[in-house]
Amino acid sequence: MLVSEIPLDSSALNKSMVNFSAGALVTFEGWVRNLNEGKEVIALEYEAYSSMAEKEGLKIIEEAKNKFKIIDAKAVHRVGKLNLGDIAVWVGVSSKHRGVAFDACEYIIDEIKTRTPIWKKEHYVNGDSGWVNCEHKH
Amino acid sequence: MKNITILYFAKLREEANKRDELLKTEANTAIEVFNFLKEKYNFSLSEDYLRVAINDEFAEWDDKITDNDILVFIQPVAGG
Repeated sequence: MLVSEIPLDSSALNKSMVNFSAGALVTFEGWVRNLNEGKEVIALEYEAYSSMAEKEGLKIIEEAKNKFKIIDAKAVHRVGKLNLGDIAVWVGVSSKHRGVAFDACEYIIDEIKTRTPIWKKEHYVNGDSGWVNCEHKH
Repeated sequence: MKNITILYFAKLREEANKRDELLKTEANTAIEVFNFLKEKYNFSLSEDYLRVAINDEFAEWDDKITDNDILVFIQPVAGG
């Protein structure tokens, strides 16, 4: 897994997965949306502890390769300021047949969300901002 | 006396108002370091909501720290 400071190009990422023994490529894109917990979001920023995020991400990819009969898997997470509609995270899994690629792709994104040290600050229409999951916890 | 490095991210970076610092400490465990810094910067998050990483790996609060360790207090993550 990589952490990227530049916008993610999903068509280039898809092409990087080409493998003649693969019959399926399943991808997931996480997008910046305009509403979170009822508050209107105008922009957000992601911050990563990059060296650890990339190591933890690689562990997740290796776990997915051990658990599911896939050919290859890759993930990239964006950091910095993002706008509505931007791709925050991209996950791609190739395999001979589609079933295991769907399963592995879901496993990878679920684990990224719970284990990789990446944080999100949302900026709201009303001028407020906050770190998601970190506010009002003492 | 040990020399350790602390890296700060996200909310704790804002509260400490710095990205990193070198610390000379007699603390033996990660939690002792955290308690000292929580008091110093008045962090809004307690250890119940955080995990600790030592040298890029998740660790336990009771783990011993050694010279040249890099510590990061991992707030609830929100990637994806």
